[in-house]
Amino acid sequence: MFNLERWQEIFETLSKNKLRTFLTGLSVASGIFILVVLLGFSKGIENGVKSQFEQDATNLITVWTGVTTKGYKGLNPGRYIQMKNDNFEMISKKYEDNIEYETALYAIWGAEVAYKNETGNYRVRGAMPDHQFIENAEIESGRFVNQSDLNENRKVAVIGRKLKQDLFKDEDPIDKNISIFGMNFKVIGVFIDPGGEREEQQAYIPLTTSQKVFNAGDNIRNMLFTVKMSDNFDDAVALSQNMANAVETELKQMHTVSPDDTSAVRVFNTLEEAKKIYSLIGMIQSVFWFVGIGTIIAGIVGVGNIMLIIVKERTKEIGIRKALGALPMSIVGMIIQEAVFVTMFSGLFGLIFGLGLLELVGPQIESDFIKYPQVDFNIAITTVFLLVFAGALAGFIPAYRAAKIKPIVALRDE
Amino acid sequence: MIQIKDLHKSYHMGSNSLHVLKGINFDVKQGELVSIMGSSGSGKSTLLNILGMLDEADEGQYILDNVPIKNLNEKIAAKYRNQFLGFIFQSFNLINYKSALDNVSMPLYYKGVKRKERTEKAMHYLEKVGLADWSHHLPSELSGGQKQRVAIARALASDPKVLLADEPTGALDTKTSYEVMELIQGINDDGKTILVVTHEPDIAQMTKRIVNLKDGLIIDDSPVQQVRASLHV
Repeated sequence: MFNLERWQEIFETLSKNKLRTFLTGLSVASGIFILVVLLGFSKGIENGVKSQFEQDATNLITVWTGVTTKGYKGLNPGRYIQMKNDNFEMISKKYEDNIEYETALYAIWGAEVAYKNETGNYRVRGAMPDHQFIENAEIESGRFVNQSDLNENRKVAVIGRKLKQDLFKDEDPIDKNISIFGMNFKVIGVFIDPGGEREEQQAYIPLTTSQKVFNAGDNIRNMLFTVKMSDNFDDAVALSQNMANAVETELKQMHTVSPDDTSAVRVFNTLEEAKKIYSLIGMIQSVFWFVGIGTIIAGIVGVGNIMLIIVKERTKEIGIRKALGALPMSIVGMIIQEAVFVTMFSGLFGLIFGLGLLELVGPQIESDFIKYPQVDFNIAITTVFLLVFAGALAGFIPAYRAAKIKPIVALRDE
Repeated sequence: MIQIKDLHKSYHMGSNSLHVLKGINFDVKQGELVSIMGSSGSGKSTLLNILGMLDEADEGQYILDNVPIKNLNEKIAAKYRNQFLGFIFQSFNLINYKSALDNVSMPLYYKGVKRKERTEKAMHYLEKVGLADWSHHLPSELSGGQKQRVAIARALASDPKVLLADEPTGALDTKTSYEVMELIQGINDDGKTILVVTHEPDIAQMTKRIVNLKDGLIIDDSPVQQVRASLHV
């Protein structure tokens, strides 16, 4: 393998058979190239879909209410079910062990928010401190709503980055007063939300404050809980599904709603949806793998084919070399070493080219569903070696047979 | 140098069996220039292939330079070929993507000679056949006579005991044939043992001894008055 004379002989042979070398290399390089790009985009789709999904916590249970559609225990349909603080506290207490973060919300859509001469309509949500983690929101400056804000019904607001840009431009909003429906609120923080601009066009105020200033008494619109994740994903899904079902049943009982009324009390379990999405991603990936493995097999067959032709073409040369005293194994070794060198070199070339393309074009085609297309380098390099091995094996069989041919037969081959 | 006793060879093609050599006996001494003649089908090429260890006899004894040649495995056959024999073929059998120089140095490569020494030796033999100026040309850029001279240089390169030439002039015109024969005679004058298979009487007359084959048997084996090829050139 490290015989310099052998390498000189091989380089000479390769450089004097440029077309043959090029074609072998091309088939290997393009196989690897396609595989790398394919795997890259599969990863990109996975990243894209996951990031779509992970704008909010994935282990979220959302509860909201509507109008009853069915009569129950003598009550007419068409009642609006209104959740109260009590409901939230009861659930919070009962499922204390399972709950990670919790918040009740009271939100106003299209509230008039103003700072100096700038005015706009934004959603204003009364929330609890945990809401920050449920939304995966990040604080850019200042702080989020805390428990003492709630306890003291402070008129403070945490505003989204977009809202801040709209009203404050480049000004620092912290400790400035904004008006919501004419009432003054002090800005205590600015947040960023992975959900993007839509989520950043709102303001959070303490829940208690919002119930007071919007005359809501102890009404709440939504309840959000995140479930403690266990290590096993399926367990977590089961746990959160159980809890979601239990909460729904309980709320229905409290508000005297028919158990099969689907619109009065709604509980949405994100984790269960996440499971569906993950299994979809898994399916997309297995499709890509299927195509990728198909590509590799096609590549292997291609390389094997070319090796067969090369050896066939060189039968006479092999005869001549044997007549001049070449050992059969030295001929087999020469052909395999040549094959390995060509496939390895062009395989790595295809790999680098594919990675380069992903690196270069990847950022440009980022859309909602494709993000950071990238490839696991280990997988890519493994496939290169697999292809090299297959090429060597495909070359070995005909080479071995050719080397076994008596030189007299090989020489007769015109 | 070469001793052959009662050599038999048959070829099997399906159910048919063709008895090509039916008991050949002959000796060749050091420094001889022997031609093997016969019509096609007489078994002369088969004999040469057996002598060249390119093919194996079914029966009989073959001793080359006091080494009995039998039960050869590929490895030993390759070693003996490299050590004892130089081949000259009718169709030259040069490797077409290698230059004249590289073709000539090929046997030396398989002998394990280092590159520098290989090139020097190959160049020396190319000079000897008068093609030093053509050393970097590919076979496709050479005439038939030149190709055969490259092949002769290649056969000489590993300094073998015996040169085996299978119809060396078969693909050449008369003038070129005589030039090649002149070269072969020159090499023989230096003491090399050479066997030439031919069916051309004028070529056979340029050797020192003619062995006539017919239907797998030697019907005549006699020394001849050598005609120097240089007289015809």
